[in-house]
Amino acid sequence: MGKPNDLVQGTLDLLILKTLRLEPMHGWAIGKRIQQVSGEVLQVQQGSLYPALHRLEQQGWIKAKWAESETGRQAKFYSLTAAGRKQLESETANWARLSAAIDLIVDEA
Amino acid sequence: MRWHTKLQMRIAMLFKRGQAASRLDDELRFHLDRQIAENLAAGMSAEEARYAALQSFGNPALLREQARATWSWTWLELLSHDICYAVRTLIKTPGFAIIAILVMALGIGANVAMFTIVRAVLLKPLPFKDPGNLVRLYEQSSDGKFPFNDSAGGVFAEWKQQNKSFSDMALAGYAGYNLSGAGDQLPEGVRAGVFSANFLPMLGVQPALGRNFTEDEDKPSANPTVMLSWGLWKRRFGGNPAILNQTILLNAKPYTVVGVLPAWFAYPNAAVQLWTPIYQNEPHDEITAIDSHDFLAIGRLKPGVRSAQAMADLTLITRRLHNQHLDDPFVSISATSRPLLDSLVGNIRTPLYVLLAATGCVLLIACLNVANLLVARAAARKKEHAIRTAMGGGRLRLLRQQLMESLVLSSAGGTVGLLLATGVIRWFVSTRPEMVRVETIHMDGVVAVFAAALIVLCAIFAGLISAFSNNGGQILATLQESSRANSAGQSRARLRAALLSLEVGLTVMLLIGAGLLMKSYARLRSSDLGCTTQNVLKMDLTLPVARYSQQAQRDSFFDTLLEKVRNTSGVKAAGFVFPVVPGDGYGGDNGFEIVGRPPLPQGKQQYAMHRWADSGYFGAIGIPILRGHTFDDNQKPGHATEAIISQEFARVTFPGEDPIGKQLRSNGPGVFTIVGVVGDTRFDASEPPRPMMYFPLDATDDMNGAVLVVHSDRDVTQFAIPIQRIVAEMDRDLPVSDVLTMDQVVGKNTMDASFDATLLLVFAALSLVLAAVGLFGVLSYIVAQRTSEIGIRIALGARREQVLRKLLLDGLRPALFGLALGLAASVGAARLIQSMLYATQPLDPAVFAVVSAMLLLVAALACLVPAWRASRLDPMQALRTE
Repeated sequence: MGKPNDLVQGTLDLLILKTLRLEPMHGWAIGKRIQQVSGEVLQVQQGSLYPALHRLEQQGWIKAKWAESETGRQAKFYSLTAAGRKQLESETANWARLSAAIDLIVDEA
Repeated sequence: MRWHTKLQMRIAMLFKRGQAASRLDDELRFHLDRQIAENLAAGMSAEEARYAALQSFGNPALLREQARATWSWTWLELLSHDICYAVRTLIKTPGFAIIAILVMALGIGANVAMFTIVRAVLLKPLPFKDPGNLVRLYEQSSDGKFPFNDSAGGVFAEWKQQNKSFSDMALAGYAGYNLSGAGDQLPEGVRAGVFSANFLPMLGVQPALGRNFTEDEDKPSANPTVMLSWGLWKRRFGGNPAILNQTILLNAKPYTVVGVLPAWFAYPNAAVQLWTPIYQNEPHDEITAIDSHDFLAIGRLKPGVRSAQAMADLTLITRRLHNQHLDDPFVSISATSRPLLDSLVGNIRTPLYVLLAATGCVLLIACLNVANLLVARAAARKKEHAIRTAMGGGRLRLLRQQLMESLVLSSAGGTVGLLLATGVIRWFVSTRPEMVRVETIHMDGVVAVFAAALIVLCAIFAGLISAFSNNGGQILATLQESSRANSAGQSRARLRAALLSLEVGLTVMLLIGAGLLMKSYARLRSSDLGCTTQNVLKMDLTLPVARYSQQAQRDSFFDTLLEKVRNTSGVKAAGFVFPVVPGDGYGGDNGFEIVGRPPLPQGKQQYAMHRWADSGYFGAIGIPILRGHTFDDNQKPGHATEAIISQEFARVTFPGEDPIGKQLRSNGPGVFTIVGVVGDTRFDASEPPRPMMYFPLDATDDMNGAVLVVHSDRDVTQFAIPIQRIVAEMDRDLPVSDVLTMDQVVGKNTMDASFDATLLLVFAALSLVLAAVGLFGVLSYIVAQRTSEIGIRIALGARREQVLRKLLLDGLRPALFGLALGLAASVGAARLIQSMLYATQPLDPAVFAVVSAMLLLVAALACLVPAWRASRLDPMQALRTE
């Protein structure tokens, strides 16, 4: 991602929560998935990813468990909680509203 | 996430932080390894893969901190980190830490102790039900000279019957008994109280054991009953509840014990050990008299009634009574009152508040001292602070750490101070057991909160001042600065000098206060009581009525005792007096009239203090006989007709005449001829002598006690035991009480003044030491700052004496400034202690001059050492120093 700005933290949370909706993942996998699904446009820096993950955990929207990863080593797997699901819905709605508003302005001739 | 899971996580975060930290490391390492693996798979070599992974990873320490910053309880972690750091740095400089802690301990300890005392004695409400409604009632004499007179029994009865403002009124008084010993216990003279049956219910006090007196027991015809104090019950009756309904012998009469009062009950004062019903105990004509002011009246105001209203009500009743007895000038004309708490502690209010203010000054001085030390410390570490700021530590973080350091010092000092305070309180209670409400003094929760608040305040005060001295922005200048340029150092030196001036000012105030009190005490102590105070012994004897009912028995006892005492070798003279010796209390007064003079206009009073004495009294206690002679021993007992007056009496009543041969009447039909005039005596060292009349010991037939006075030419204390043994041989069951030398009597009389003066002197001395040490420190600091400058001066030819003089002046300047401040402040503050001074003006020039001189001397001495050392500097050494 480019230079960090105000929008980034909130949208990073949204991306992480969406990524975890399907299945539990560890931090490395989350970063890789976001990169993949966005078509290599969004590359999450570790400096933003791990603080975000820990913050979301403290706030109770994701929970963590240590388990064996695909390589055989122990890794910390994050998964979405019920509260996290609700937060995801509200953030998605927010994003939709925000981006629609920006589109309106940008599309003006 | 459920709330309890969240809570669990929060608690886990608090206690398993180390574990969480290592888990974070594992998580980040896993990520790094996966990145390296990806790079290897993309074709880089092992080293390149690692290098690229680390580059994209960023600063691992920063990453770790950013992740950790999102955890809860970080504030606690920072706090504990700061505290550990502060403790470590303090341990590295143990000298500084110990001095600062001791200074704080002194200030906080003194303050906490004084606060406990003031709160318990002056501020805590009395331990009675609804104490706000309780008032002490007084009568005002018709000549207006005694506005707070004790009550007369007859007037009280009228008040009780006719008043409309009080829900209840009770009467109390003092008494004394000889308590006989059971078995082989020694007899004991006890101080007692008397009160009416409604007294305890009105106050809302329940006996700890047994019951209160009933209304029937409070009648003259009732069988005698008594209530014991807790202390007496434990001490003399072994704390055995079986004492209830048993009888004890008071003045050889049997009294039934009906109850024991709780340990905290101490009315009218802490010396009282048992109580009897007032109407049962007091003789009828004394309890119904309207002109004899012997008792204490207390009333409970009706809810909603103000004391002004109530006093108007009572005054009306009193005036009515006065107008019905216009011929008796001693019937009071109006009523006055004070809240009960005020009546008990009113006259120790000022001294206690003065002591509290003094401890406040000491605390301020201690804080200033510690602030001074902290400023010096910050100056020594300014390079360290600059480096830390340059590396990214915010100013706020540094400030927080400095505050934490001063908080640690303050807490340690406060803890030691609390221990000190406990000791001081215990000492105070043991030295002043007679002080009102002294039994309520102990530390409790409020005191602990106060101590904690003091600790925090002192920490903030000292810490902020030293943080203030940091010059925030000039990091570069500080880092570059060589030791020769010290512009920053100067501002700190000025700050330290300013702090020191304040310290000196406060010290001067304390010194002047102590000086004034000491002068007042010296004047008091040396004020002539009018009699000999060296080698004179006194002791009180009471002959119980039951065994000495006949006057002849009493006279024979006194005569035999006198003879035996006079025959004891070493005794030069002995005599008796009743009720008290000079300096030991008012002792009572009475009206009189001179035979042959026209009666006084109605309502005018003529009264004098009265004493009864035997012929040998004046010689034994050293009161000079100025005219005439002492009592004639050959008078028939019971038919005494002689009187002796004091010089003041003669001056007031017989101006310009010879009083010898004149006759006076007092307290009864008998006529007394004046046969002698003696020197004046004082009943209190701070009061001027008042007119006094003396009657022979056997002039009245209802007196069964006397004070034996013994004079010898050697150390008189060695006669105390032999004389008590003589008394015991004559009557085994007769205790002797209040055995004191006249010196001790004077000491007791002036004890308050001595205590206050000594305490203030101790505070002032401590402050002087702190100020002197502070001066020494500041001047050493200035010298250290300007070492190279001084070296240059000396190298360029300045004489050592010049350097010495200049430095001395530099060091004395803050002291002089502080002296001026202190003197100015004292001019205002000295007026506040005026009520505590005797024969001393608050603006006494001698005291001010002595204090100024002493301060200048101490300051000069304190500055001398560093100044002298500076003047002896080797210039080459000085120029080379770092």
